[in-house]
Amino acid sequence: MPESAISIRGLRKSYGDNEAVRGIDLEVAAGEVFAFLGPNGAGKTTTVEILEGYRKRGGGEVAVLGEDPERARREWRERIGIVLQSCRLDPYLTVRESLELYAGYYSAPRPVDEVIELVGLDGKASDRTGRLSGGQQRRLDVGMALVGDPELLFLDEPTTGFDPAARRQAWETIAGLRDLGKTVFLTTHYMDEAQRLADRVAIIANGEIVAGGAPEELGDRGNQPTVITYRGPDGEVSLSTTTPVETLNELTGKALAQGFELENLEVKRPTLEDVYLELTDQGAPPAEETPSTEEARSR
Amino acid sequence: MSLVFHQFRYDQKAFWRNPAAVFFTILFPVVLLLIFATVFNGQTIDVNGGIEITAYYVPAIITLAVISATMQSLAMSLVIAREDGRLKRGRGTPMPAWVFIAGRVGNSVVVALLMLTVIAVLGRVLYSVAIPWSELPAILITLVIGAAAFSCLGIALTAAIPTQDAAAPIVNALLLPLYFLSGIFIPDDELPNGVINFANHFPIRDFFQAFLSVYLPGGESGLDWGNLAVVAIWGVGGLLLAIRFFRWTPRGG
Repeated sequence: MPESAISIRGLRKSYGDNEAVRGIDLEVAAGEVFAFLGPNGAGKTTTVEILEGYRKRGGGEVAVLGEDPERARREWRERIGIVLQSCRLDPYLTVRESLELYAGYYSAPRPVDEVIELVGLDGKASDRTGRLSGGQQRRLDVGMALVGDPELLFLDEPTTGFDPAARRQAWETIAGLRDLGKTVFLTTHYMDEAQRLADRVAIIANGEIVAGGAPEELGDRGNQPTVITYRGPDGEVSLSTTTPVETLNELTGKALAQGFELENLEVKRPTLEDVYLELTDQGAPPAEETPSTEEARSR
Repeated sequence: MSLVFHQFRYDQKAFWRNPAAVFFTILFPVVLLLIFATVFNGQTIDVNGGIEITAYYVPAIITLAVISATMQSLAMSLVIAREDGRLKRGRGTPMPAWVFIAGRVGNSVVVALLMLTVIAVLGRVLYSVAIPWSELPAILITLVIGAAAFSCLGIALTAAIPTQDAAAPIVNALLLPLYFLSGIFIPDDELPNGVINFANHFPIRDFFQAFLSVYLPGGESGLDWGNLAVVAIWGVGGLLLAIRFFRWTPRGG
């Protein structure tokens, strides 16, 4: 049985009166890509910074690679890699130099050329980082976290603010980490990102975990009712059913028999997005206030 | 120790490629020397029984260059790195914090030594200001104590600078008036006593006095332990403040 890369029991953290994390439990297995999903201000960055050893927890038990991050030693830092939510690069160093600088911090780094290839910056090795696009800089961020050849990688909102092409590129790099056998702990507020990259997802809202599991099982999506909508002779109709085949059969039979049309007929399964929004709206603070809260917390 | 050298090498690369850093740290003192020495060339001043004014400006500008390479340069570059998140990123690696700081301070001290050489040579070549070779050990001791102290003050000052944009104004608002009041731009004998007495409360004046003592012709006063001790005490104060208040994480947007 593989050891847990991350194990959290009853984790709590408050800032003044504001309870940012309200007793969460999590288990991340070695070799797994785990997504910590939630809206801005839900407590994601607070949690990941506690795991990274940047913040002290208020209460609960935390073990990352078997150790308490608050008592992080050099040997422990050798085994983890961190991609911060926002971090600029030294604009006057090249891609290769930035990686060489960081490789020098570790006792057994991965060869720099290998890392450059891994994050797809082959043609850019001699470019100053200031000349890279946002997506390329992000891939170099991942490269700098990888150059120490860590077992566990933290990625805090790796694609926030990216255009679709840059996101796709960053995703490919992250998906490649799985093939290296790394454990990845990813925070994101994009449902599709979690769905695309993660083996397992936990959804956090308002400091509590509201759902967890494989992306396709989230929120018991398999057993949620299907919604059928159409416009009939009596106007708009919306039906909710757990037996869509039967309901549709009845409906079309009735329409044929009575000679009316089912205009705008739609059959909708709840999407992950629906599940996510439904879960995170419960008790969540108003959306406009949350981004600034998250920023304030990350300071 | 090899890790310190590793960090230092990359700090050097980044420093020399940064046009703003090279201009303010390297070229600006040179330009100041040329301006002051050219404008006032031929005048003598009433220090050490009357000396050429150029012989006064060479150690004055070296003093400024050392403070600029250490305090000013460190305060600005560390705030920029902090607000970029680069200090925080570095803290997430196995590199010990002191290595990072040692690399940066090493970078500053090397640039300070370089500036000592550049200004001394320019003074000799352009204005025939003798380089006091016999005082070389005393000059180096003075420079190293000053560079170390002003490095500590620069690191401490970062705690008072909230954003990248605020770095240059705060540092300049602090240093420029003190350069004037301490007699770096305007010779001692032209400044009112009240001004000098005020400037005496700050370490720039003490460091300048210590440097004049080993550099001015006809002084032969050697190491000025009194003023150097004051500089060192300021340095230790800066170090304590830095240990207490220095932060690795960004303060804000």
